[in-house]
Amino acid sequence: MALLEIKDLRIALNDGSEIVKGIDLKVESGEVHAIMGPNGSGKSTLAQALMGHPAYRISSGDVLLDGTSLLALGPDERAQKGLFLAFQYPYAIPGVTVTSFLRSAMNALRKARAGGEDDPIPIPEFRKQLAAATERLKVPRELLGRYLNDGFSGGEKKRIEILQLALLHPRLAVLDETDSGLDIDALKTIAGGVSDLVGPEMGAVVITHYQRILNYIRPDYVHVFAGGRFVAEGGPELAEQLESEGYDAYLPEAPSGAS
Amino acid sequence: MSEPESDVSQIGRDYKYGFHTTDEPKFSTGRGLTREVVETISAQKSEPAWMLERRLEAYEHFLTRPIPDWGGDLSTIDFDSIFYYVKPTESEAASWEELPPDIKNTWDRLGIPEAEKKYLAGVGAQYESEVVYHKLQEELVRQGVVFLGMDVGLRDHEEIVREHFGKIVPFRDNKFSALNTAVWSGGSFIYVPPGVKVEMPLQAYFRINAENMGQFERTLIVVDEGAFVHYVEGCTAPIYSSDSLHAAVVEIIVKPGGRCRYTTIQNWSTNVYNLVTKRAVAQENATIEWVDGNLGSKLTMKYPAIWLTGEGAHGEVLSIAFAGPGQHQDTGAKAVHAAPNTTSVITAKSISRGGGRAGYRGLVNVASGARGAKSKVVCDALILDEESRSDTYPTIRVHEADANIEHEATVSKIGEEQLFYLMSRGLTESEASSMIVSGFVEPITKELPLEYAVEMNRLIQLQMEGSVG
Repeated sequence: MALLEIKDLRIALNDGSEIVKGIDLKVESGEVHAIMGPNGSGKSTLAQALMGHPAYRISSGDVLLDGTSLLALGPDERAQKGLFLAFQYPYAIPGVTVTSFLRSAMNALRKARAGGEDDPIPIPEFRKQLAAATERLKVPRELLGRYLNDGFSGGEKKRIEILQLALLHPRLAVLDETDSGLDIDALKTIAGGVSDLVGPEMGAVVITHYQRILNYIRPDYVHVFAGGRFVAEGGPELAEQLESEGYDAYLPEAPSGAS
Repeated sequence: MSEPESDVSQIGRDYKYGFHTTDEPKFSTGRGLTREVVETISAQKSEPAWMLERRLEAYEHFLTRPIPDWGGDLSTIDFDSIFYYVKPTESEAASWEELPPDIKNTWDRLGIPEAEKKYLAGVGAQYESEVVYHKLQEELVRQGVVFLGMDVGLRDHEEIVREHFGKIVPFRDNKFSALNTAVWSGGSFIYVPPGVKVEMPLQAYFRINAENMGQFERTLIVVDEGAFVHYVEGCTAPIYSSDSLHAAVVEIIVKPGGRCRYTTIQNWSTNVYNLVTKRAVAQENATIEWVDGNLGSKLTMKYPAIWLTGEGAHGEVLSIAFAGPGQHQDTGAKAVHAAPNTTSVITAKSISRGGGRAGYRGLVNVASGARGAKSKVVCDALILDEESRSDTYPTIRVHEADANIEHEATVSKIGEEQLFYLMSRGLTESEASSMIVSGFVEPITKELPLEYAVEMNRLIQLQMEGSVG
């Protein structure tokens, strides 16, 4: 049984227009899959729909995590089953510090794992885990006391996304354009942090426009996504080819959605 | 103050009038308000003649004063059905069994200890915090600080009370200040001598007796030159009252260079009209801060006021209102700049849900002669659903050309995207909503004493649990 299995998935907006037009994907633990595609191809739609965003409708197909269908579940239940999405544009929650948010999120998952009983993480244990993860990901300590993503730079937001990933221990991490807005040093640190987490406990799907991040998170498989479908699939060499040749070969003659 | 008063000794003192036997018949003036009722209250308390005269004047004024036709709907108050004075006894108020189950349930979920629950219900005489209370009192006595119930304050410190009582909030101020002046009972009296800084917040908690949360309590705080005190009243657990009208008056005077912070968190049961007049005068270089949280009641009309009467005086109001189903919170603040170089900051936040209505009603008045005045008003409303409502009624009057007045107002809703983001981390919809709401009110909760802040957040969670899904 695959960790993540996507079967003939079609995703539409609530107005009926179809964005994802039938894709299949299998991800095993320890694997990294890159989904690469031009802007506007629907990559982020796929990521958000996997997480259960209410603006998208699954018109057909299925998504299984550890053999369980996610489609009838809310975003919270999907997270509790082990799905994690690192957002391209994380939202600000004024008045809630990063630390307090992290603890609440960890406790929410612990509660779900304890069958609905409160099972809060002891404070010393939380501090220990937080200190270790912030150090590995080089998250400035002062960010932890600030309000979540409130006035953060693009790079700071991305660091905090990966900090969440490191502390929440999902089964499958989906990274949506995590590389955008990062300078090269930040990219190395963050990508290195994600690579460390990939293993028997976790698989990853890395969604990106550029090959750059894949220098630091080595993909086992690359899927080229254009026009709502996977139009090419291969190993890491495919990413390098895209970097030098661009997406032109995969675009329809008169690009419509691409910009 | 001679010796700390224990609650029991106060109750014992009152027994001498002979209205009480061991079999707990309680004395009350019965329903409705007459001149005789006012006279009886004063006699019960063996008050000086001037206080009785003041009560009677206020009573006459109350009769002639029309019901306010602005704010909330006050037309349904039945003044004839209210008990204006019930002598506090240990067995006062409802029995435990008579309490509405939802209130008991909320207390359970807040983890309120049994003894405290009984106190809150009005069925227990006191909450046992005697040890802390006693130590606090010893320290206060050493510093010359007076912290008493208002009735005892009048008896033991008549000269101070007479100097200030009704000077800051005259009975003619409004119909309900007139009513309070006529029938007041309970409340706190605090005097802080020059230069004394009281480090620990004084909490009504530690002076608990059956009168503490009365319907018509009257509080007077006098902070002398260069002194400081923080007074905290109320609690976040719902206070059950079988009586439907709460009309309190709070008067504060802060003398030159002094500072007073007054924190209130109230969560009246949803049958209560909560109509409170709070006003503080800050003299030269003095500071007054009102922190005011209103969670319960059917209708609250409350606008803590700061009168900046001395040069360089500063005032702040931090207020938060939560209006749930069937509730109307008409709250706000008033800042009157009556001296040069005075500053005020008003931060008001409201949340409405389930058809609740929350409004901000504010006044900033820069009087002629108050040169160099600065005032900043920020009011933010969070509306949780389509049925709920928020209004803002700011009034600004400026009589000096160089005044610097800022006013910002925002109205927001909980965004679907914010919810999705939090839920994608495993929080349920109600957990995510309460996190957003807690964040929204954080500028206020961070100013509260820790235990109040914790309770407040817990209470918001409870309120939110019923609001989604």
